[in-house]
Amino acid sequence: MDDPAVVVALLLVAAAATTAVAVRDPVRQALVLAVLGLALAVLFTVLQAPDVALSQLAVGSALTPLLLLLSVRKVRRRQKQETKGEPE
Amino acid sequence: MNRRVRLLMVLAGGAGLAALLVAACLDMPGFGGDRHPYGDRAVHESLARRTANTIASVNFDQRAFDTLGEMTILFGAVLGTVVLLRQTRDERRAAPRPEDVAPPVRRYALAVLPVAVLTGLYVIAHGQLSPGGGFQGGVVAATALHLLYLGADYRALERIRPVGLYEVGDALAASAYLVLGLAGVLAGTAFLANTLLPYGTFNTLTSGGTVPLLNAAIGMEVACAVVVLLARFLDQAVEIEEESGT
Repeated sequence: MDDPAVVVALLLVAAAATTAVAVRDPVRQALVLAVLGLALAVLFTVLQAPDVALSQLAVGSALTPLLLLLSVRKVRRRQKQETKGEPE
Repeated sequence: MNRRVRLLMVLAGGAGLAALLVAACLDMPGFGGDRHPYGDRAVHESLARRTANTIASVNFDQRAFDTLGEMTILFGAVLGTVVLLRQTRDERRAAPRPEDVAPPVRRYALAVLPVAVLTGLYVIAHGQLSPGGGFQGGVVAATALHLLYLGADYRALERIRPVGLYEVGDALAASAYLVLGLAGVLAGTAFLANTLLPYGTFNTLTSGGTVPLLNAAIGMEVACAVVVLLARFLDQAVEIEEESGT
């Protein structure tokens, strides 16, 4: 625990994770999740686990936020359609 | 069950879990110590089979059966998504309109796309030598393809990404992993045993017996699975609309 890099990485993860919980808007949450994935990847690299860091980077920073953003887009489109009424 | 009883049950369960966690943590070795009995044995086994990346050796040799389970979970999850997000009877497909993309975004996306796909393939191919492997490389290559959606539009992505082919690829790769495992049985040892192929020269692409083959199967499976997964989400987000005015 006396390695400063580990302490900095842990603090980064804690800050990003707290922000992810505190932010309520799903779109911003997806972006914060990407940052959290990056922070976790840094932590795993510092802890000498590059394999896990790569998985975290690919899934946590790219795939999960992308799926979240697509789901938000679908929900918003449906709402827009409902408020617009019958288009044709 | 009323509110109070529920709260009491949660508190009792939480207290039990907390007590067990604390008890387990008190018995753990210190953080960052230099004694790693499991790690030492895993590295020894991996070097005996001439696999340079011990993690690949653990994933595709020592614990290859675990990886089969993980692959099945991903396969099942994607299958579930395909069923849930299919076009239902009260939905219709609307052709997506071509969108304007800001020129810098287009240039950046189209320049990074080939580099990112190549990086993904590199990570898959070198899974048994350097950090990474089928899973990581597969996700990178599959998400990289979607830069085309950012740089151009959905119709361009659909043209280079026939989902049917990727679904077949997903199933083929999953079967290839199983067949490689069964080949171990037929060769007279055990399911997924790494005794089939020569171990080769240490630190070359072909070293490690069946490890590179299993790694490649996982790479293909994950890449196809992620493409199919994202295709279903994109279809719902961009193309499929609910029939209005029912």
